[in-house]
Amino acid sequence: MIGLLASLLDGILVGAVYGLAAMGITLIWGVMDVINLTHGAMIVAGMFGVYLLVGTLGVPVYATLPIVLVGGFLAGVALYWIAVHRVIGQPPLMSLLSTFSVNLVLIGLGTAVWGTVLFNVPVSLPGLSLGRYTFPGTHLMAAALTGVIGGVLYLFLYRTRTGKAVRAVSGNREAAELVGIPTRRVLALAFGLGVALACVSGMLIATLFPFTVLSGDAYQLKSFVVTVLGGLGNPAGALAAGIALGLLEGLATPFMPVSWTLVIEFVLFVVVLVAFPGGVLGLRRARAH
Amino acid sequence: MKRTWLVAAIGAFAAMPAFAANTITIGMTVSQTGSLNVDSVSQLRGSELWRDEVNAAGGIKAGGKRYQVKFVSYDDQSQGGRVQQLYTRLIVQDHSQFLFSPYSSGLVATAAVISEQYGKVMLIGGGAEGKTYELGNKYLFQCITPADQYLSGAIAELKEHDPHAKVAIVYSDDPFSKAVVAAAREQAKAAGFSVVLDESYPPTNTDFGPLINKIISSGADAFLGGGHYPDGATLARQLHDQKAGMKWVSILVAPDSEKFKTLGDAALGITVPSQWEPQVKYQPQFGPTIAQFTAQFRAKFKEDPDYHAASGYVVGLLLQHAIEQARSIDPEKVTAELNKIDTTTFFGRNKFATDAGHHGLQVAHQMVLAQWQAKGGQLDKEMVWPDAAATAKVLYPLP
Repeated sequence: MIGLLASLLDGILVGAVYGLAAMGITLIWGVMDVINLTHGAMIVAGMFGVYLLVGTLGVPVYATLPIVLVGGFLAGVALYWIAVHRVIGQPPLMSLLSTFSVNLVLIGLGTAVWGTVLFNVPVSLPGLSLGRYTFPGTHLMAAALTGVIGGVLYLFLYRTRTGKAVRAVSGNREAAELVGIPTRRVLALAFGLGVALACVSGMLIATLFPFTVLSGDAYQLKSFVVTVLGGLGNPAGALAAGIALGLLEGLATPFMPVSWTLVIEFVLFVVVLVAFPGGVLGLRRARAH
Repeated sequence: MKRTWLVAAIGAFAAMPAFAANTITIGMTVSQTGSLNVDSVSQLRGSELWRDEVNAAGGIKAGGKRYQVKFVSYDDQSQGGRVQQLYTRLIVQDHSQFLFSPYSSGLVATAAVISEQYGKVMLIGGGAEGKTYELGNKYLFQCITPADQYLSGAIAELKEHDPHAKVAIVYSDDPFSKAVVAAAREQAKAAGFSVVLDESYPPTNTDFGPLINKIISSGADAFLGGGHYPDGATLARQLHDQKAGMKWVSILVAPDSEKFKTLGDAALGITVPSQWEPQVKYQPQFGPTIAQFTAQFRAKFKEDPDYHAASGYVVGLLLQHAIEQARSIDPEKVTAELNKIDTTTFFGRNKFATDAGHHGLQVAHQMVLAQWQAKGGQLDKEMVWPDAAATAKVLYPLP
């Protein structure tokens, strides 16, 4: 029984980080209808960000968070103007191809520089014990920071003028333009925010597990599942769905081979797409176009 | 002027076949990218060191001629589909006379289909699964110990410390790891251990947290398994972070790499079955000594060689030996010499099965067991099994 409880708690902790990663992808989708296939590469960028900052500049691990956040935001804004802006409003395949190409370039560059060698960020925090089971301090910290980031994002989107502009553009871009919102800048800002969230989730994942240049793919896949569960374009739903997915992994593993977890996740993915296209935890908002 | 150019061109053209005739082209794919990159590139480096040394010494001598060695290689991206295309290309378009294998059992099995179709000799430096050699192949030669013996040393050593160990066998769902575990499972039972958990995970798995909780729940005190580099290193880190309480941990492949020590305390005490370590004490009948190989590798690549690098070198060395013995580069004559080989190099003893049911399977090479131990505040890999070759006493139980 304690084993199951431990497994569930562990699932919640890791699921929160999945949720954070998915918040980035869902924010971009919600605001501009772009499925950002650079998401995995940006998660990896966050991983290497913390690795390099700690390894070369000696920055304390968790002090790298604001640096990775700002760096990710700037990279996201640059990426928006380079690869996304021109395909906004085009058929969805265009933005898919555009971001996929950038993803290939980034992963190719990363592989050329670092190979696919495994990297490890040395971090140790006191954990929490429950009988024979231990919850590493890094997992607890990652979940706590995810909660804080989620809260700050909520405050930004619902309590600030700029955040409200993002939501307005998300709801109806033409109407937002009519009331004087500079939609281009808002789209760039939203893309930057989405990428920043991906980078920060990568930074936190790097404190939990070793990683390679190719690690982003697995988290990008999970982000898609979480995004669909939580409702496309719904950041709060993504966080909740991430935790739900972690719980599911925690619940399933004690009773069946771990290989089946992926199968269950993707069956769930298909079922949700068919039965709840708006997501289990959120309803797709009406679109003006 | 025109005539001079024409004469020069004809001269150059006439010289080409002579040059080509004194070059041996060896084809291979390497996982320059993808999940097998670390071990595959290490294997390539070993082969490159062999090639450069052979060429610097004037080439391979056979039948009164000296042949320079030329490599043609492509990135297989760690994917079987690419291996199939590229080995065909290596043979048909690049006219490779001999082949070195890709890295890993899955890719070797794919490449073997092509090499056998075209009757090309292929030496295997990284493909331990034995099943490939039960298919009636004639030109495959496995230079490393087969998978079914990988964990024999770990089980023998563990038995000395705990004859009734409760073992969790957790492994990657790939051909190599499954072949290793299929034998280890029986060996563990025969040794009197209780196998309290026996489970595979997808090779792309990134989070072992739930699985480690399952290991703890099973009451296991020893761990055997893993797969390749990324999953093996992650397993070691999470076993440590979650204080899984294992007294013994043997992980395949990953801990053999020097990069494994970047895990810090999580690496301490982890054992790894190894095909070769710089501390082995073989007396080579030809080729470099262990010290020479290690020093030359360090000088060229600025890092210590692991067993993949050593196996990459030895495939070249054994091919060279066979060609020199055959005094010919004719594939049938070289195959006949490889079939006769029973020799010891810096890598250890090599001999290939010649019966039709297992042709090419390695039957003489022995593995060792290495363990990461703390030495003067630094992590260092020591050989702990077999006892005769041990450089340090085994650390048991794990700290």
